[in-house]
Amino acid sequence: MSSGPLALVGYFEPAWIQVLKAILIFAIALQLVPIVLIIERKLLGRFQARYGPNRVGPYGALQPMADILKLLTKEQFRPTTSVGLLFAVAPVISILTAVAAFAIIPFGDVQDIFGTKVGLYGVDVSIGPLYLFAFGAVAFYGIMLGGWASGSKYSFLGAMRGAAQLISYEVSQGLALLGVVFTAQTLSLTGIVRAQGGMWYIVPQFVGFLIFLVAGFAETNRAPFDLTEADAELVGGYNTEFGGGRFASYYFAEYLNMLVVAGVVTTVFLGGWLLPFGIHPPGWVDPFVVLFKMSLITFIFIWIRATLPRLRYDQLMSLGWKVLLPLATLNALATAIIVVATH
Amino acid sequence: MRDATPTRSASDSPASAVKVMRWDPGEDAIEVKRSPAPGALRSTWRAFRETARGLKTTFGRIAEGPVTMQYPEEKTPVYPRFRGRHKLHRFEDIPQHGAQAGLEKCVGCSLCAAACPADCIRVVAAENTPENRVSPGERYAAVYEINLSRCIFCGYCEVACPFDAITMGHDYELSDYTRSDLIFTKEMLLAEPIERTPLRQEGE
Repeated sequence: MSSGPLALVGYFEPAWIQVLKAILIFAIALQLVPIVLIIERKLLGRFQARYGPNRVGPYGALQPMADILKLLTKEQFRPTTSVGLLFAVAPVISILTAVAAFAIIPFGDVQDIFGTKVGLYGVDVSIGPLYLFAFGAVAFYGIMLGGWASGSKYSFLGAMRGAAQLISYEVSQGLALLGVVFTAQTLSLTGIVRAQGGMWYIVPQFVGFLIFLVAGFAETNRAPFDLTEADAELVGGYNTEFGGGRFASYYFAEYLNMLVVAGVVTTVFLGGWLLPFGIHPPGWVDPFVVLFKMSLITFIFIWIRATLPRLRYDQLMSLGWKVLLPLATLNALATAIIVVATH
Repeated sequence: MRDATPTRSASDSPASAVKVMRWDPGEDAIEVKRSPAPGALRSTWRAFRETARGLKTTFGRIAEGPVTMQYPEEKTPVYPRFRGRHKLHRFEDIPQHGAQAGLEKCVGCSLCAAACPADCIRVVAAENTPENRVSPGERYAAVYEINLSRCIFCGYCEVACPFDAITMGHDYELSDYTRSDLIFTKEMLLAEPIERTPLRQEGE
């Protein structure tokens, strides 16, 4: 049944299913972003004792459509100081990496659909977290190139901050996941979910969960770590000079990145598609369980954004290097000792 | 610069702050109590606790619900003495008023125009004749215009008026497309205004 080089890494699906899944995942991701967009704006409104957008469509539900339409009908322009090709390519890189990272989030176990075995995920890579960090690092090129190619000081400052931020947070993020990987003894994300049958990793790895979440805020450049954008001081940071469709791409990538982090937290710490108390629903429920848990994490993202003020640059650095990194290292060390001692 | 700010170095201990001051502060000198600088663990815990407190605060806003007035649909009710757009009055068409019933209260005395600090009222008076009796007095206002783009809604006109002919109404939705549209004539001010503004109820 299986063929090609993918069979060598334990991949069992025929090519057409993989193509179908790729299209499906992109379509789903494309639909999720406007939903998150409107939910965020509505929730931010509620957090500030106001309604949020409620004029376009029922309860303002069509607001993101209006926003997107407005952005896409705007004129494409670039500053004379910008570097044309990179200026055009940078948003594409951002979107590309966000969607690629979305591919490894498992929405369910392998299902038997009309006699064909299909995994409810884009691809079950055997190097899950590494794949994720790889694309997280490449995603940064989208910001960096965009900021640099704009030929604007604000954009450049935003991009530089992004660089420093990524370096200081990706280390602790990786170390936070290490504890889980030690315990699950696999790097495959579906494997990590299956290993959580007894207990979700949020309980034994609570410190790791917190560190990963905080680093996730920084990774996705969201409040209180949105220094790359920092509307108050840098106008818009790396996307100052972008308008129209290109700005929409950055926006899309930002929200998709948020969903990716929510998905990874769900998978790694909240037991993915598993339900507590030994409930085993039929397979088609799995994606909804994952989406529900993802929306919980997304809610936390928005809640934090509504609550915390933006950190100063040096505060961000000292939090990353002086608090998160030692904590993550200690967490990984302690987990390693316990795992070795109990096996 | 450094020796120019002696109070800064002295702020560490309130006792020395008293000594540095050149005048006797008397009872105004208070001792500032500061908590000891927190250690690493303590400050981490404090940051965690304060973050949780902030999260609780913002979540409380969700529980409270929005306080927004959906303006064009729902309006803030005004108090009974709110000073909105002016109204001119007639004697009510009731038997108690006798011969005055239905006549305009304004007698064209121009006291409102004299009292107006923004100079936005223009009154041109004319004589009442037995064939054409408009007001119970000797004269009536042939032209009565208020330029609402200049009015500051101070209410002096209604205070000045000896016959309560002009009062301030409750209408505050006064935007228009041209400036000339904002000059309200006597007919407009006399007309029964469309009540667009809700009145605040007792205890509201």
